[in-house]
Amino acid sequence: MLQRGRLSFEEIRKRANAHWEALEKGVHVFVGTATCGRAAGALDVIDAFKNELARQGVDLPILQVGCIGLCYAEPLVIISKPELRIAYHNISPDLVPRLVEGYLLGDDPCLELALGTFEVDQKGTPSIPELSRFEHERRLILRHCGYVDPENIDDYIANGGYTAIEKALRMEPEEIIEEVKKSALRGRGGAGFYTGLKWDSCHKTTDKTKYVVCNADEGDPGAFMDRVILESDPQQMIEGMIIAGYAVGAQQGFIYVRAEYPLAIERVRKALEQAEEIGVLGENILGSGFSFQIKIAEGAGAFVSGEATALVAAMEGRRSEPRVRPPRLAESGLWGCPTLLNNVKTFSFVPLIVAHGAEEFASIGTEKNTGTAVFTLAGKIRYPGLTEVPMGTTLRTMVYDIAGGMSNERRLKAVQIGGPSGGCIPESLIDLPVDFDSLYETGSMMGSGGMIFMDEDDCAVDTARFFLDFTTKESCGKCTMCRMGTVQLLSILEEICAGRAREKDLQLLKELAEDVKMGSLCGLGRSAPNPVLTTLRYFGDEYKAHILEKRCPALVCKDLIAYYILPDKCDRACEHCVLVCPTEAIKGGKGEVKYIDQEKCSKCGTCLEVCPHEYNAVAKISPVSKLPKVPMAGKTQPKEGPKQ
Amino acid sequence: MNEKEEQLSHILEKHRGERNGLIPILLEVQKEFGYLPKEAMLTVAGFLGMKPTDVWGVATFFNQFRLTPLGKNHVKVCMGTACHLAGGRLVLEALERELKIKVGETSGDGHFSLERVACIGCCMLAPVTVIKDKIHPKMSPFKVEESLIPYRREEQEEQTPTE
Repeated sequence: MLQRGRLSFEEIRKRANAHWEALEKGVHVFVGTATCGRAAGALDVIDAFKNELARQGVDLPILQVGCIGLCYAEPLVIISKPELRIAYHNISPDLVPRLVEGYLLGDDPCLELALGTFEVDQKGTPSIPELSRFEHERRLILRHCGYVDPENIDDYIANGGYTAIEKALRMEPEEIIEEVKKSALRGRGGAGFYTGLKWDSCHKTTDKTKYVVCNADEGDPGAFMDRVILESDPQQMIEGMIIAGYAVGAQQGFIYVRAEYPLAIERVRKALEQAEEIGVLGENILGSGFSFQIKIAEGAGAFVSGEATALVAAMEGRRSEPRVRPPRLAESGLWGCPTLLNNVKTFSFVPLIVAHGAEEFASIGTEKNTGTAVFTLAGKIRYPGLTEVPMGTTLRTMVYDIAGGMSNERRLKAVQIGGPSGGCIPESLIDLPVDFDSLYETGSMMGSGGMIFMDEDDCAVDTARFFLDFTTKESCGKCTMCRMGTVQLLSILEEICAGRAREKDLQLLKELAEDVKMGSLCGLGRSAPNPVLTTLRYFGDEYKAHILEKRCPALVCKDLIAYYILPDKCDRACEHCVLVCPTEAIKGGKGEVKYIDQEKCSKCGTCLEVCPHEYNAVAKISPVSKLPKVPMAGKTQPKEGPKQ
Repeated sequence: MNEKEEQLSHILEKHRGERNGLIPILLEVQKEFGYLPKEAMLTVAGFLGMKPTDVWGVATFFNQFRLTPLGKNHVKVCMGTACHLAGGRLVLEALERELKIKVGETSGDGHFSLERVACIGCCMLAPVTVIKDKIHPKMSPFKVEESLIPYRREEQEEQTPTE
């Protein structure tokens, strides 16, 4: 049984294990080359390693892995020796010779460059115990990310991959669905619908042709976990899709992935080829008689395509407009056939649930929110990156234990969760356990799981305006309330940011936001007002300051601030600001105190950026009416007065 | 023009018989030509038996598709949430000023084009710009001019010998 080609799956596993053992026993270099690592210069680091090794006349493997989730540490290099694996952070090409001579070929562990050393726990999950954040994390679907070569299926198999499919093929489809139901897994795409129920209704349809679609159209600005999974461990998601196909009775799967993620597409394509090659995908999988194909469908970039029915429209080659449900996709989806649509993370959980049982999964997290949640952490924190924590972990843990607290000693003001569909949660709710239901109560939602931490320098009104600007552009235009309502909401917010709004506009804003929520067909329109409603609810004072005092407390809204050079702090001899000002708005000759001609100032902030820290002479002032008069007396006075 | 027609029919042949052909075909046409020329869209419509308006509808719906050619050096400014909070708008304005074009435009000499994108997923490096596929992390209005120097120099070097 389980025979295909020349190698049985048992033999393939043996081969994979041997490959992995050799890897663990040998000396080699891992470099994280997901998009984030590449952006930080990982490919240059690889070249530097190759050059240095060639110079030394040594041939050692340099392997490209995905992202470990510590974005702030990129480019991240792991030097693995049988006795000790050490991770090095922020490695630039000029540090490479030091690492090669130091640890790779020598005995000096180069601790000054190290992030930490690895330990492997009983479950085989590697961690860096020096980093306290790992104590709070629970890595299930991210456990391989950054440790296995995403372009080599053997790495996945040697780490327990494709055991779930073997087990699943020996089970009845109903048994698998029962297991998924018992796990209480909820869809990680944002809305949190129970996955088992979705599978069940798709399974119960009697149509011959059914489809399984993976939603990898991650469109939320500020969330990138799906990209990381696709680039770091695509096989796990593929295995989940195959199991889903078997359970619901589908023969064809599609991965709908954004064209904006070229590296993810490339790695998924390779992963699919390799899975077919060894016979876990394609005709007669592992001799079971079950056949399943997976194709990639490239998305052309539209936020609304993340909505299930809109995604199907895009896959059919139409404008990506959502339609009324019912019928649900599980009954009538792609080309009218029953279609099971889940998110990348949802599918990635499936092999774990099947292999280890529903109980183990359900024991993690809270009662109604089982398992783990993956979040991207960004904004004003010390350690931005990717994290996977049990459902119900508090925001406090997220900020202070995992993200290392706020950067620049600033105070946390709010956490924005879920992007344009989510909302701003104020610092006062920091002990909130984060899961689908608790977020919903705050007026926010899990959405994609993007978390942006804001400090006192971030304006709540401007943030709401930013998200509305986004949804206005991304509204597909089908429903009036979404198409016109978001534009009106945006224009009110713009008036507030510009200091032109009246107090009664706040009431209008709130009513209109509620109406857009009620009157829209799909999730995009129904959740688009969330950023407005949550900021109104928790940061009402800030709205009032904008309207009544024409003041932006965070000093962000351009029309309400002015740049000002503090006369007693200005060095006089220094001309940094004068030289860089793009509009020549800074006046004052050599040796004189500089001042800004407000008529000419475009408020680009370059003067503030270049003013040397020892002077710190440029300040932002709001409201503009508080701007002090330009100093005109004393010997520091400019020879010519300000010209109009 | 003939060569272009050949390239186009080569792309179409690859997708013959595919059911969800339109978006993949348009993506490939754009990869080949840099944008979606009107003639190409008409040919695609004929090939798929679709009305030209439906092809146009799709081409104008999705953010990836462009109806005008890009500049030789395409500049993308990330306007994701993290980049916005870190001052992405100021960077965009500085680029507009420096390149003397508005967002969405191509410069008269065809050297530069400027576009805002939703999120390129490098939030820890915010604010980010991408010039000709190279990512420039932690940008600021002040760094804009410097970041453009290599691309401007390239243009000048290309021009000098012919002049």
